Amino acid sequence: MRRTRTRTLAALGLVAALALAGCGSSGSGSSDKTKDAFNAAVGKVFDPSSTKGGIVKFADEGQQDSVDTGDTYYGYSWNFARLYGRSLTMFTPAPGKASNTIVGDLAEGLGEPSDNAKTWTFKLRSGVKFEDGTPITSKDVKYGVERSTDKDVFPDGPTYFDDNLAWPANYKGPYKTPDVNTDSAIATPDDQTIVFHFKQPFSDMNYLGTTPQSMPVPKAKDTGKKYKQHVVSSGPYMFSDYQDGKSFTLKRNPAWDAKTDPNRKALPDGYEVSLNVDANDIDNRILAGDLDIAYATVGVAPAMRARALSDPKLKARLDNPYAARLQYTSINPSVKPFDNIDCRKAIEYGMDRTAYQAAYGGKLAGGDPATTMLVPVIPGFKKFDLFPTKDDKGDLDKAKQALTACGQPNGFSTTMAYRVERPLEKATAEAFQQQLAKIGIKITPKGFPKADYFSTYAGNPPYVKKNGLGLSVNSWGADWNDGYGMLSQIVDGRVIRQTGGSSNSSINIPEVNTKLDEASVEVDPDKKAQLYADIDKQVMEQALTYPGVYAKLLLLRSKNLTNVFINDNYGGYDFVSLGVKKK
Amino acid sequence: MISYIIRRLFAAVLLLLVVSMITFAIFYLVPRIAGAGPETLAARYVGRTASADTVHRMAQNLGFYDPIYVQYWNWLKDIFTGADYNLGTSIEHCARPCLGYSFIDNTPVWPDLVDRAPVTFSLAIGAAFLWVIFGVSIGVLSALRRGSVFDRAAMTVALAGVSLPIFFTGLIALAFVSYKLGIGAAGGSYTPFTQNPAEWAYDLLLPWITLAFLFSAQYARLTRAGMLETMGEDYIRTARAKGLKERRVVVKHGLRGALTPIITIFGLDIGLLLGGAILTEKTFSLNGLGKYVIDAIDKQDLPKILGATLLATFFIVLANLVVDLLYAVVDPRVRTR
Repeated sequence: MRRTRTRTLAALGLVAALALAGCGSSGSGSSDKTKDAFNAAVGKVFDPSSTKGGIVKFADEGQQDSVDTGDTYYGYSWNFARLYGRSLTMFTPAPGKASNTIVGDLAEGLGEPSDNAKTWTFKLRSGVKFEDGTPITSKDVKYGVERSTDKDVFPDGPTYFDDNLAWPANYKGPYKTPDVNTDSAIATPDDQTIVFHFKQPFSDMNYLGTTPQSMPVPKAKDTGKKYKQHVVSSGPYMFSDYQDGKSFTLKRNPAWDAKTDPNRKALPDGYEVSLNVDANDIDNRILAGDLDIAYATVGVAPAMRARALSDPKLKARLDNPYAARLQYTSINPSVKPFDNIDCRKAIEYGMDRTAYQAAYGGKLAGGDPATTMLVPVIPGFKKFDLFPTKDDKGDLDKAKQALTACGQPNGFSTTMAYRVERPLEKATAEAFQQQLAKIGIKITPKGFPKADYFSTYAGNPPYVKKNGLGLSVNSWGADWNDGYGMLSQIVDGRVIRQTGGSSNSSINIPEVNTKLDEASVEVDPDKKAQLYADIDKQVMEQALTYPGVYAKLLLLRSKNLTNVFINDNYGGYDFVSLGVKKK
Repeated sequence: MISYIIRRLFAAVLLLLVVSMITFAIFYLVPRIAGAGPETLAARYVGRTASADTVHRMAQNLGFYDPIYVQYWNWLKDIFTGADYNLGTSIEHCARPCLGYSFIDNTPVWPDLVDRAPVTFSLAIGAAFLWVIFGVSIGVLSALRRGSVFDRAAMTVALAGVSLPIFFTGLIALAFVSYKLGIGAAGGSYTPFTQNPAEWAYDLLLPWITLAFLFSAQYARLTRAGMLETMGEDYIRTARAKGLKERRVVVKHGLRGALTPIITIFGLDIGLLLGGAILTEKTFSLNGLGKYVIDAIDKQDLPKILGATLLATFFIVLANLVVDLLYAVVDPRVRTR
């Protein structure tokens, strides 16, 4: 009896202690390192070091599409892929604007354009090997690109190679059409030379060369959809373990030779990535030093955000970089009365941009008020505001004048689409609803499933028109940091498909389409940047889109790491430069 | 007794079949009634850059153009016969029992479930052990000392346990015990029992305690109520009058009578947990069946959801069957009916 009572009391004590401890916990968990400072890794290297060893530990609140280099389309997975793969080119692993410089990676240097940028030639470095010691040749790069075009097998990667190279008419990838000669698209005159032939001039090939799709894949080891379970490494690290939905780990690749790779330091001995981990737990574990990086690079969870803002020590562990992403709202001219530009201008003038910012989490977690389609980290970005209002809070008088000019002095009604799984988009739609009600514009927010958002609803022109989706909340992140990477999919009217699926549902301006073609053949970076700046202005003049927020992220830095900095091109910590203090 | 068991088994199989039909209809029929075509369903499996042609081929590959009853029959048949899936680059065989194939992860569902089950079993069984020991003990003591300081304190803590959700107590436990004090395993830690039993227990201690805190509270209150009722029964008075020791009266007669509702609820709870302790696994990042379902829902991976649902149903049905049979053992009144 005594023993039972003792155990019972012990149990009660333990549970009470847990509850009380939780209530009393300040939870800061942050160290007192004096070096810590807010934004210490933005635009500069935090804690530079060349010490080797240790393991960098990541955790992802979800799971990326794939680790297969031909089947992935997330910025953070492209950032990570550079650890186990070498693309033709890469962004210089450096903080600030230095990362916008592209250098050769698997290639000795940049590609050489010819034939008005319809042909691009790359020379590969010699001595680069796969993890099994097999030398990498141009044929391996070609095969990697070819297989990535089979969208039945690899549905998740981008389609730039597929859409733009001069493939033979009957080509359906190496699995379905193994005997078709593809030299019209990619030629490999020798083991160290690869030549890309485009249908139209394509000036962004050096940018396209940075994507994982240009990483080599050995044909003999390709297992199609199953290849992700053992991707053959060409970079400084190779997979030592892969468990779908759970975790994967990298260890050093003994076949990697630092002499062939001037861009990567390869400081840690390995990397561990845990998948599907609770977002709050990730933040707490980074604070405690049990984890180093939140893999998905989407910013800290709301709970940590609230704590960080009220705790200076904690705030000193955070970085707040721009992401190359714009949160915006499409104004669809196919839905009346938005066929009238003055009705569109009523939205531009009437909406409170600070409410948009607040919906996305405010200045730190959300970002800065946006007035353009290009974002600050894109070369060529010029800040302008064609519909200025005091303190970005909207000008109801000007909005009413615009309404009168469009023949709707008492306002009108319309529907606003958002992705139902995204509370921030819902909050945005509600902000529109509340603000524009002041000038008589009645907005009905309507949520749609994100999986079908563009294919069936907000990106499907017949549906948009039939159901009167005058406004739709939208968001776009650049595939790479230049005007083409940012704008080509969201302002080019020719990407709008009647069957749905395009992120652009509202902008189709012939002059803009023409200028996009001009920019796509321009290889001079300055001239190209100017062309995209002009395009940005032309788009805004038509008031077909309401830019809301230049997205920023609130990222938590681990105290275990060295060489920490933000790579603007991935909008997060540069994974290939990290080092570990001690472990 | 044997015919009773056979009848119950038959009912259990029938129930599984009905649940599978309902679940299948929820995921495959309801969207079609709501207007989603085969291509809309297939679009979830083909990534964001897929052409209409690719979506069409995927819909064909998944059999979405077939009538719904054909799709269900094929799914049911595959459980017993296995199936082959064309991945474009190879033919993938899904061995019996083929509970479906995930075209998002390119893996058969059944091996995944088998892989995840030990985590959930470990979690559920360890926590159940704790909550039965503590919950029932506290309930008995509270009932015997009704109105005492212990009774009031225990029932207050029990109320807190019932009221506080796992994602709150779990995160608090992790933040304080594991990260601040450093005396518990971090979230996501799991060592298989067969690999190292001590580490297995250490890694799961916090999830066990958190889960047991919630359930102990319920069991303590339930046991207390049951004990208060049975201890007032005539047969308890008779037992005492016979001169039996109080310990024997309480354990052999009082507790045994109070156990029937506890076993009922225990069967349901353990059945539910074996199907996946969703919140606990999510909070502690344990890769068990519950997190498998949550992740599948997040990706709208229907074959995974369907397979896991069927397995969870199986555990609940099985647990209920065992409970029904245990009734006869525990409660003599049942045997005489």
